[in-house]
Amino acid sequence: MKQTTIGGNKRKAANILSFVGLLIIFIAYMFPFLMVVINSLKQKRDIIKSPFSWLYTIKGLSFDNFVNAFTQMDFLNAFKNSLIVTVSATVLVTLLAAMLAYYIVRHNNGISRLTFALMVASMIIPFQAIMIPLVSIYGGTLNILNHRITLIFMHTGFSMAMSVFMFHGFIKGNVPIALEEAAYIDGCTHSQTFFKIVLPLLKPIISTMVILNSMAFWNDFLLPSLVLTDKKLLTLPLSTYSFYGTYSADYGTIMAGLLLCVLPILILYVVLQKQIIGGVVAGAVK
Amino acid sequence: MRSKNGGKDFAMFALPGMFCFFAVVIIPFIYGVYLTLTDWNGVAKVKNFIGLKNFGSVMKDAGFWTSLLLTFKYVILVVVLVNILAFAIAYLLTRGMKGQNFFRAGFFTPNLIGGIVLGYIWQFVFSRVFVSIGESTGWKLFEASWLSDPSKAFAALVLVSVWQLSGYMILIYVAGFMGLSEDVMEAASIDGAAGWVKLKNIIMPLMMSSITICLFLTLSRAFMVYDVNLSLTGGAPYGTTEMAAMHVYEKAFTSRQFGVGQAEAFILFIIVACISGLQVYLTKRQEVEA
Repeated sequence: MKQTTIGGNKRKAANILSFVGLLIIFIAYMFPFLMVVINSLKQKRDIIKSPFSWLYTIKGLSFDNFVNAFTQMDFLNAFKNSLIVTVSATVLVTLLAAMLAYYIVRHNNGISRLTFALMVASMIIPFQAIMIPLVSIYGGTLNILNHRITLIFMHTGFSMAMSVFMFHGFIKGNVPIALEEAAYIDGCTHSQTFFKIVLPLLKPIISTMVILNSMAFWNDFLLPSLVLTDKKLLTLPLSTYSFYGTYSADYGTIMAGLLLCVLPILILYVVLQKQIIGGVVAGAVK
Repeated sequence: MRSKNGGKDFAMFALPGMFCFFAVVIIPFIYGVYLTLTDWNGVAKVKNFIGLKNFGSVMKDAGFWTSLLLTFKYVILVVVLVNILAFAIAYLLTRGMKGQNFFRAGFFTPNLIGGIVLGYIWQFVFSRVFVSIGESTGWKLFEASWLSDPSKAFAALVLVSVWQLSGYMILIYVAGFMGLSEDVMEAASIDGAAGWVKLKNIIMPLMMSSITICLFLTLSRAFMVYDVNLSLTGGAPYGTTEMAAMHVYEKAFTSRQFGVGQAEAFILFIIVACISGLQVYLTKRQEVEA
């Protein structure tokens, strides 16, 4: 609906009005973030006195809070843990789901059909319905909790159904079987065909799935909190949680800590905004 | 991929993914059904089979039903508010104004951040910033922290959830509005449809598939709210804002009644599955082709 010159004035007024309305809602939306940024540089006394501005502070502004939060949260270590878990699980689930989906599409046998049906059905099971037996099996019988690799394995398993579903739809619609047949005639093995011919064709859906899965893994709290208790292994959301528990009265440090957590994602978002928004929409609409 | 060595293909392509899925989702799910029939406390080596006794305990667990009722109230409020707000904002955003992409990206920001961090940010806003506004303006509404009053703490939880979820729904509704055919819109205008009539009779039916998705997503997310609940109110004051998912967690991992906790989780799962199934069935029937 582009603006036309006919009846332009009324249209223009309506547009300005809705722009102003949107701007007000937008500022309200951003307000909490603004508060975090402003107060992360102030000392507790000034925050309590007036949380709104940088003016009239008694103790002035400084980066002390950030230094504090950075060391108290063991930020680098938690960041590293989150990165290892997120990257490994994302790579693993993307690859395994693409392979499984490819198998299911090309082999219409009983196992394929059963697995696919189970996966689609399982997507409505909320995590809470599985967490108790999960802890009981992996913590009790197998006793392998508190390892990074266990968490990576579980992230992979939980996002498998959704990922296979997405890859399945894409392969069915966009990967012509004739291409694979040509590859076989040229002497490719099955794995060569998959990795050299099929996988490159999956690029669009791979980028969607990488975005969706890595965001979910990076921000997940409940599953990691059940798997990891060793302080050295904590991911960012977990270390934020324990950090907050200890320093909740020290507002300045808390604000700096929260900002530190958010900053890496926001920087990535500024760079990859188009891809992230596109990925999220594609993931939801299918 | 059709050939003689199908077994090798299966082992290489299908098995690893299937193994992860079965080991993490299917087996625990089935084992979970068995757990509801035992008296396991999370530590003991022996699990005694006690039949349906756990479901009897669930019936008697007043805390569970209170939290379930509260969750229903919360879900209704959140689903309605999120969808109305997101629909309206998406409508305004797709009228060809400047800065559309900037707004859209901004509204989505809360979705990039985990619920734990969001809850803490808002805890600060409610307990310090709003109170400070109350002190300097004298407004009764912000006199004391919302989080220390049961009904206001509940309102705070709803507010934060609406704020958190609406950005995502805005994206989906914007995609829906952009997909509306210009021809149909123009034809409707020429035929004299405008304002409310156009919205109700032309736009809404064509937007039904977006509405189906958004209702489904908000329903399933709101029902399972945990992170924000934990970090914003933690169930306080006095457990009055404890949602069902949090109650299940407490039952199993704090009170160590794994069987009862699992039975409650199972009931919650059945309720969510039925309601979202019904919702998808009902709204899908309303979908039309342009």
